[in-house]
Amino acid sequence: MHIKFTNKGTTLIISISGELDHHSAEHLRQKIDAEMVKATTRNVIFDFSKVSFMDSSGVGVIIGRYRNIQNLNGKMAVVNVDSRIGRIFEMSGLLNLLPVYDNIDDALKNLGA
Amino acid sequence: MQPVNEMKLEFLSKSSNESFARVAAAAFASQLDPTIEEISDIKTAVSEAVTNAIIHGYENKYGFVKMNCRLYADSIEIEIIDEGKGIEDINLARQPLYTSRPEMDRLGMGFTVMESFMDRVDVFSEPGKGTTVLLYKSFKSLGNTTV
Repeated sequence: MHIKFTNKGTTLIISISGELDHHSAEHLRQKIDAEMVKATTRNVIFDFSKVSFMDSSGVGVIIGRYRNIQNLNGKMAVVNVDSRIGRIFEMSGLLNLLPVYDNIDDALKNLGA
Repeated sequence: MQPVNEMKLEFLSKSSNESFARVAAAAFASQLDPTIEEISDIKTAVSEAVTNAIIHGYENKYGFVKMNCRLYADSIEIEIIDEGKGIEDINLARQPLYTSRPEMDRLGMGFTVMESFMDRVDVFSEPGKGTTVLLYKSFKSLGNTTV
């Protein structure tokens, strides 16, 4: 799994490629937490367009980061979610917590970034 | 009913083997020529069960996870077995959002996901005696085709 970070003002865009399971979730968590300490991030957008596999461990990482962002009074969104990943998000209640957009630009607009 | 094919796999309880287990189960199931969706369903359910064996069964310590797959004319049975901690209350464990490890960013959705993507999930466990998760899926795409 690879992670690409892009900063757009106070919004951090996290693009994940590859498989997001328990094995890669730990790596993802550490990288995100390290990146957020570096910059003046308030909002986070997760881009799922290159995620080839995800199970509930992946959702756990997203929700964990969501709690951190909330503590910073920031907002979070996910974009480019396919129907399978969307189904897992729905089951876990994630969709009640944060918005899903079709693309990064929509997310940036709506996050007020 | 006798299976048309069977395989048994055993691997170390390392998280790097979660991907391997998914792909192995998918490769074996491919013999029946199911749809990509059905294969993805199997990979997701296997991933959840194997992750549970590693995190909860063996608590990230050394152990072996077994995966047995039995193929029938148009269905598959997958057993994921650990000889770890065992589950005290299976009904509680299967409840959506219940997790014994919330501090680990664990959601408690493993069984719910398995139940969503497979036709049947059976769990056998006893504290101190390990856990067996039995996943069953019939391939609707196949109808009654036999090869």
